[in-house]
Amino acid sequence: MDFDRIKEKLNILADAAKYDVSCSSSGSKRTNTNKGLGDSSGMGICHSYTEDGRCVSLLKILMTNYCIFDCAYCVTRKSNDIKRAAFKIQEVVDLTINFYRRNYIEGLFLSSGIFKSPDYTMERLIAVAKKLREEENFNGYIHLKSIPGASDELMREAGLYADRLSVNIEVPTISGLKLLAPDKKHEDFTKPMLKVKNEIIQYKSEKKLIRSTPKYAPAGQSTQMIIGATGESDKDIMYSATHYYKNYNMKRVYYSGYVPVAEDIRLPAIGTQVPMLRENRLYQTDWLLRFYGFNVQEILNNNHPNLDIDIDPKLGWALRNLNHFPIDINKADKLMLARVPGIGLKSVHKILNARRFRNLNWEHLKKIGIALNRAKYFILCDSNKWVHRDLDADKIKGMIIQNSAGKFRKEYSTQLELFNSKAV
Amino acid sequence: MNNSKVLIYDGSFNGFLTTIFVAFEEKVTVSQIQKETVCQSGLFSETQTVLTQVDKAKRVWNGIQKKSNSALKNIYFAFQSESQDVELLLYRYICKLFTHETSIAYDYSDGVVLKISQLAKSVGREKHRMEAFVRFQLTKDGIYFANIEPDFDVLPLISKHFRSRYADQYWLIYDVKRKYGIYYDLEKVEIVSLDLFEIHSNSIHKSHKMTANEYDYQDLWNNYFKSTNIKSRINLKLHTQHVPKRYWKYLSEKKQAI
Ligand code: SF4
Repeated sequence: MDFDRIKEKLNILADAAKYDVSCSSSGSKRTNTNKGLGDSSGMGICHSYTEDGRCVSLLKILMTNYCIFDCAYCVTRKSNDIKRAAFKIQEVVDLTINFYRRNYIEGLFLSSGIFKSPDYTMERLIAVAKKLREEENFNGYIHLKSIPGASDELMREAGLYADRLSVNIEVPTISGLKLLAPDKKHEDFTKPMLKVKNEIIQYKSEKKLIRSTPKYAPAGQSTQMIIGATGESDKDIMYSATHYYKNYNMKRVYYSGYVPVAEDIRLPAIGTQVPMLRENRLYQTDWLLRFYGFNVQEILNNNHPNLDIDIDPKLGWALRNLNHFPIDINKADKLMLARVPGIGLKSVHKILNARRFRNLNWEHLKKIGIALNRAKYFILCDSNKWVHRDLDADKIKGMIIQNSAGKFRKEYSTQLELFNSKAV
Repeated sequence: MNNSKVLIYDGSFNGFLTTIFVAFEEKVTVSQIQKETVCQSGLFSETQTVLTQVDKAKRVWNGIQKKSNSALKNIYFAFQSESQDVELLLYRYICKLFTHETSIAYDYSDGVVLKISQLAKSVGREKHRMEAFVRFQLTKDGIYFANIEPDFDVLPLISKHFRSRYADQYWLIYDVKRKYGIYYDLEKVEIVSLDLFEIHSNSIHKSHKMTANEYDYQDLWNNYFKSTNIKSRINLKLHTQHVPKRYWKYLSEKKQAI
């Protein structure tokens, strides 16, 4: 192996892949039963963190950054004057195996610019995955990026080797897509998604009948949207995300604050701040929808098309719905407990367990780890002290922001905490 | 009159469980449980040394398991914390466990239960970190070798993870602080105690014991780590929160940083 040449390629092709955030290594069920290499049955491990605080769990690279297309938001676009490079199939296999054996990574995340045609490109991605599984006996995680416009047959084959497949929708609205990626059609994205969804369903039902049916994309599919490149509202984004969760059985939708990479009048200028706090609010909302039993319309609607920047979406919802509160910690059901600002799912679990032993008071709640500075305005417990009876939403909001200024400021700088499932 | 004693054991987990057995069987009022290495007998209490007996330890283990699986895990993890007086705390925890009908493992409003579950949680976090931060280097003998220096004694806890992940390669993970390691020979994992003279932390200093390509791969990884950073989003505070500085010297991606 010519390490100098590989190093150069790796720098170029890792640099170009870094804006894709739809990359995590959890949710697969591929155990090492063949005395081979690797295992991806657990939660996935973050082996390191970049200096911008994102987790590194997969070797995330492009096969090539040559591209025949010219999407405005993308560093790899044809009209961008940058160094180009392409990996050979065997080179990606060697890198993956050698990094994996040293415990640097959980597996591979392979994407690509489009050379020649979508199918030609997709075939090369599949070839890497196939070699890893069949020649190297590799059970680690493989995430392949589906190339928009790739044929159904290739999508079918890709899922037999990959744990996860994804097509990035990138622009949340169809009109935005037309503006920024004129070479691509909306169907180029949705067609492969639909194919993957149907294959997953079919393989699952076959597996029930015939146990030896191979696994098909066991970790499902995901997609990514770029945030803040076009003028869409938070409501547009979250309604679109809900659409993908519902109609394409997405495992995850990722929101990626746009990092300006091009001088283009259609886009925010270079140097414009990455909307990281907004990105964080979207992830919090996504979390509320998937795990807390919220409906998207409760959080975003015509009266309220954008999330508050100064408070988290659950607190925002609670302040707009004070009529539901206060609730009694010792009586309320699980769903309602989860709706209290300052109480995360772990705390809900702890409350439900602990209150079987005794009625809980403020002291207990504090010990359990509830953010009382937020929660106290919304709950009753085993104590006569209920001092917040007459406060209105604005007053509560003011007091919370004032009393937890430090804490909230911390939240501003640690937006990505949510990846670690922090309470909201 | 008062039969209050300091119980002394050999420091092993089985030893500790045997001590619990003895305390219950002989109805000892336990004033302290100490490892023989750190033993400093209290002025007013009598001491008794307990000899480790695996069958007795097993009975305690099974007894706890019958009560609650999560209590069992909490006890094992908290024990590995090596924190001061953890034995006495665990003894109280186990007493509670055996005197209550319902499982107390979730009664977080109780001080002892809360403390044990917090200790177990810290150890769990360290276990998880070590599963992430082990960086193997390939030696000329064909063994993937790694040094770690965890805050708690987590080697026994991570053994299973590495065994099922790296089933087809020889590996050795060595705890620099506690001077022992776990070694996998393609069949089983063994505990090996050795005193290494040379500690291969990160690899600015190259060792002739490693294969020639080893440093090329470390370089590639180090480079990869740099190119994947997005400068306009930099957040060093968050970075060090996730990768505390005390681990940096063993991370190949950090070798230029220290
Ligand atoms: S097709 Fe993909 S790689 Fe090519 S310019 Fe568009 S987004 Fe970038």
